[in-house]
Amino acid sequence: MSEANTQAIARYKNNFLKEVEERVEDGQWVKMCMQCGVCAGSCPFGPHWEHSPQKIFMMIRAGKREEVLTSDSMWMCTSCYNCIVRCPRKLPITHIMHGLANYAHRLGLAPKGQPTRDIAVLFWKNVVKNGRVNEMTFSLAMYFRDGFGQGIKNAMAMKDIGLGMMKAKRLNPMEIFGGHTCKDKSGIQRMIAKAREIEDKRRRLA
Amino acid sequence: MADNKFAAYLCSGCGIGDILDVAKLERVAKVEGKMQIIKTHPFLCNEEGVKMIRDDIANEGVTHVCIAACSRRAKAEAFHFPTVALSRANLREGVIWAVAEGAEHDEVRQEMAEDYIRMSCAEIKKMTLPAGNVKESSSKKILVVGGGMSGMTAAQAAAEAGYEVVLVEKTGQLGGFANQMWKRMPFNMPYAEPQPTGAAELSAQITSNPRIKVYLNSTVAETAGAPGRFKVKIAAESGSVSEELCGAIVQASGFTTYPIEKLPELGGGQPNVVDQAGLEALARAANGGPIKRADGKEVKSVVFIQCAGQRDDSGTHLPYCSGHCCGTSIKQAIYFKDQNPDIDTVVMYQDLRVPGMGEDFYRSAQKKGVIFTKGKASKVTGGDTCTVEFKDLILDEDTATQADLVVLATGQVPNAGVNLDEWTATVTAAESGDEAAKTKKAELQKISVLNLNYRQGPDMPQLKYGFADSHFICFPYETRRTGIYAAGPMRRPMDMHQAQEDATGAALKAIQAVENAALGRAAHPRAWDLSFPKARLEGCTQCKRCTVECPFGAIDEDEKRFPVFNEERCRRCGTCMGACPVRVISFENYSCDTVGMQVKAVEVPDEDEEKPRILILACENDAYPALDMAGMQRHTYSAFVRVIPVRCLGSVNTIWITDALNSGYDGVMMMGCQKGENYQCHFVKGSEMAYYRLGKVGDTMKGMGLEPERMQTYEIAITDGARVAKLINDYVEQLNALGPSPMKGFG
Ligand code: SF4
Ligand code: SF4
Ligand code: SF4
Ligand code: SF4
Repeated sequence: MSEANTQAIARYKNNFLKEVEERVEDGQWVKMCMQCGVCAGSCPFGPHWEHSPQKIFMMIRAGKREEVLTSDSMWMCTSCYNCIVRCPRKLPITHIMHGLANYAHRLGLAPKGQPTRDIAVLFWKNVVKNGRVNEMTFSLAMYFRDGFGQGIKNAMAMKDIGLGMMKAKRLNPMEIFGGHTCKDKSGIQRMIAKAREIEDKRRRLA
Repeated sequence: MADNKFAAYLCSGCGIGDILDVAKLERVAKVEGKMQIIKTHPFLCNEEGVKMIRDDIANEGVTHVCIAACSRRAKAEAFHFPTVALSRANLREGVIWAVAEGAEHDEVRQEMAEDYIRMSCAEIKKMTLPAGNVKESSSKKILVVGGGMSGMTAAQAAAEAGYEVVLVEKTGQLGGFANQMWKRMPFNMPYAEPQPTGAAELSAQITSNPRIKVYLNSTVAETAGAPGRFKVKIAAESGSVSEELCGAIVQASGFTTYPIEKLPELGGGQPNVVDQAGLEALARAANGGPIKRADGKEVKSVVFIQCAGQRDDSGTHLPYCSGHCCGTSIKQAIYFKDQNPDIDTVVMYQDLRVPGMGEDFYRSAQKKGVIFTKGKASKVTGGDTCTVEFKDLILDEDTATQADLVVLATGQVPNAGVNLDEWTATVTAAESGDEAAKTKKAELQKISVLNLNYRQGPDMPQLKYGFADSHFICFPYETRRTGIYAAGPMRRPMDMHQAQEDATGAALKAIQAVENAALGRAAHPRAWDLSFPKARLEGCTQCKRCTVECPFGAIDEDEKRFPVFNEERCRRCGTCMGACPVRVISFENYSCDTVGMQVKAVEVPDEDEEKPRILILACENDAYPALDMAGMQRHTYSAFVRVIPVRCLGSVNTIWITDALNSGYDGVMMMGCQKGENYQCHFVKGSEMAYYRLGKVGDTMKGMGLEPERMQTYEIAITDGARVAKLINDYVEQLNALGPSPMKGFG
C-alpha cells in the first residue's frame, strides 16, 4: 500500500487513471466522463464541496493522486443519486464517489476527523464486532470521538431524543454491557474477512 | 395582338363569393380589364373548374388567362396551363383572409379585390408566353475538377446516373489528400474504429469506368461559355491541350493544411511537433506497428492540441473551425491506443466538436483510454521530450505536461482559386499601366482553378475566409457561377464523409443544370422558368450597369461594350432589368411594363376620401409567402395596401417607385430578403443591389417635394407572417400621421 502511495506521479498521464480503473469500485467509468458538468450542477451539495464529481474526474485524469485521495469531496456525497440520473454518459457517479472514498480510506489518505468517515468507520467496526449494530455503543462512540468533555456535551444535547427512544423501546441502556449479538458471529466475521480477501486480490490492494 | 384572346376566371369558392361581390368583380374585369371571356366558378381548382379553363384554351383560342382566386403560390399544379400566359389575382390569402372581418371593412375590402382584378388584367396584357431558349450545341457531359475523394465521388455519382464525365486532376494520381492518410474516420455503425480510406478502390473504379475520362497531370487552362456549352481547355503538364465540351462543372479542388510553421509558439517547426497530416505520414510509415518520430524514437506519449491556429480571434490565424479536426485527432489517438494501450494519449481541446455520429467515435476513444483534457495550450517547447504548457479549463489552473510527440490540429484552407476582389483591384491597376500589378495578375492567374474567361474574373466569387460562395442553408453547392458547383472542403471545411455527401449533392445539381440547359430553362431557384432576359440593344447606352450588377456574372460585353447575355448562366432574378436606367431589358412574362401597368391600374382615391394607397413590392421568395402566411394565420392587415410580387428586390426598377409616388400613392413598402454577410437573398446580391439603388431614390423624392419616409425597405423572412402584418399596420398609422401625399391629383 505504501508503495502505491509513493508511486511516481506523472501529470496528465495514464497512471492514476489506470490505478483508479483497477482499484476503485466502478473506477473504469471515470475515463468515460465527457466533462459536461451536469453532475456538478445537479449535486445538492455541489457548492459546499471542494471538488464536484466532474472536477474529481478531471483531477484523476490530470494525475492529481494526492489531491483526489485526500479530498473530502467523496465523503460529502449524500447518495441522493441525482448525478447518476442526469449524467448523459450514464456514469455511476455516486458509486464511483463511494469507491474513491473507500480507496482513499484503505490507503490511509482519507481526511482525518471527517465526520462522515468517522461515522462510517465506527458503524463498520460496530457491525463487524457483533454481526449487528449496537445502537447504544455506536452512538456513545460517536459522541465521545472528540474526547470525554465533548462526549458529555453531545450526550446531553441528545438526551431528549435518547429518552424518547427508550420510552418507545428503541434503545436499551443495558446494551452498553455487551448487548445482542447475532447467531453466528464468528461466521459473519469470517465471511467479511473472506470478502475482503477476494476484493483485495482483485484490486491488488493486499 | 390580333391573335391574343384574354380570359378571366373568377373563383367564388373558399368563401370568396360570400365575402366579396363577385358580380361586381366580373364587371371590373369586363369593363376596365377588357377581358373577352369572363367566367365565375364555385370551385375553380377542382377538376370541373380546371376543365372549363382548359376547354376555353383548346376551343376558344384563349391565349392569356387571368385567374382571380387564391394566391399564386396555391394550387399551382391545378392552374398549370403551359401553353398560355398566366396571371393570378390573389383574392383569398391577399384579400378575404388578410382584411379584418366585419361589415365596416366591406367597402375597402371590395375595393382591394377590385384593384387586384384590375392589376391582374393589366399585367396579363403585357405578358407573352415564354418560349424558352434552347441552344444548338448542348452537351450533357459533366466536368469534375479535382481527383480527390470529393471529385472522384462526384464523378462516380454522375457516371452512375448515366452521364459522361471528364475528370481533371493536377497530380499524377487520383485520390488527393486521402492518399496521404493511414485511415479515415468510420462512416457506419458502430462508429468505433478507424477505417481504410478506400481511395485506392475508388480510384480503380473511376479509372475502369467507361463513362469517365480521366486527365492526370492536367489543369483547366480555360473555361468559356455557359451551362450546356462550356468549352474547356485542358492543359497537360506535357504541354498538350485538349478541348472538351461540357454541360456543367463540379469544382472539387480541395484544401491545403494551414502551415504549421505559422505556429512557432505551439512548436511549429520543432522536429517533435507535427500537424495532423504529418501524423498520418508517421502512421503510414509505421503500417500498424509502433509509431515513430522522425528521429526514429518510438512514441510513448503524445499530446494532440486542438484548434491550433484555428478559431482564432486575434486576427493572426484562421478564425473558423475546420470541423473535422476533433474527429481526426480522435482517430489518430486511436492509432496509438490500438497499437499499444499503454501509450499516454492526451487530446487537449477547448470544445470537442464531433458532429453527427462522431459522438460514438469519441466514446470509443474514451473506452480505449484516450485522455481528453479541456485545456488551452499556450506554449510547446523542448527537445527530446516536449513540454506543453496549458491552462486546464476545468481545474482552472496553469499547468504543463510532457510528451514525446505533439500533434497540432491546424485545419483546412480552401483551394478555391483566385480571390475576385483582389483580382478586380489588380486588373484595374494593371490596365492603368502599373507594372507591379501586371506581374501580380500573372501570379494570380496561376492559382486560378477554372480560368473562366468571364468578364467577372477567372474563378467563382468567394464568400467568407476564401471558401467558394454557396448558400450555406438553402442552396449548398450552388455558386454564383451558374452551372458550376462547389463540393468538398473548398466550399466549407469538412471531413471525408461530408465531402463525399457533398460531392454527390453537387453531382446531382450538375445533372439538373445540364438537363435544364438542354430544355432552355432556368437553373435554380426559378427552376423550369422558360423566360430569359431580352435586351433591346438599340436603346442601350452601354452604361454596363446590368453587367456589373448581375449577381451571377451572366452578362459579358462585346467589343462595342454592349451587353452579351449568356442566358444559360442567368437565374432569371431580373436584377439587370431593375438596374437598367433606360429599361431596355425585360422578360416575356416579367418586365418594367408588366409591373408598371399594375402600379398604374390601382385606383388611387382622392385626398378627401381619407383612404391612403400603399404599394408593396414583395420578393416572391420570402416576403410574398410571408404575406400569404399572414393571411392564412389571420393576422389581418390594412386594406389600403396593394401588393405586387417581384422576382427579387434586385429586379425593382426605380421607375416603378417614382411612377407610384407620382400618381398619388401615399407610400411604398419594399420587402426583400436579408442582405449582407448573412444574406438570405435567393439571388445572393439582388436585395443588396436593391438597397444600394434605392438609396438614391431618396434624393429624387426630395426633388419631388416628398418626405423620404414615404418609401420604406424591410428585410422579411418567410416566417414573418405576424411581423409583416404589424409592419403594414404600423406603416399605415405612420402615413396617416404624415397626411396624404402632396402628389395626389397631379398624377
Ligand atoms: S449522489 Fe452524491 S455526488 Fe451524486 S448528486 Fe447526490 S450527493 Fe452529489
Ligand atoms: S454528468 Fe457525467 S459526463 Fe457529465 S461531467 Fe458529470 S460524470 Fe462527466
Ligand atoms: S441579373 Fe439576373 S436576370 Fe439578369 S442576366 Fe443576371 S441572372 Fe439573369
Ligand atoms: S443597363 Fe441597360 S443601358 Fe446599361 S448596358 Fe445594360 S442594357 Fe445597356
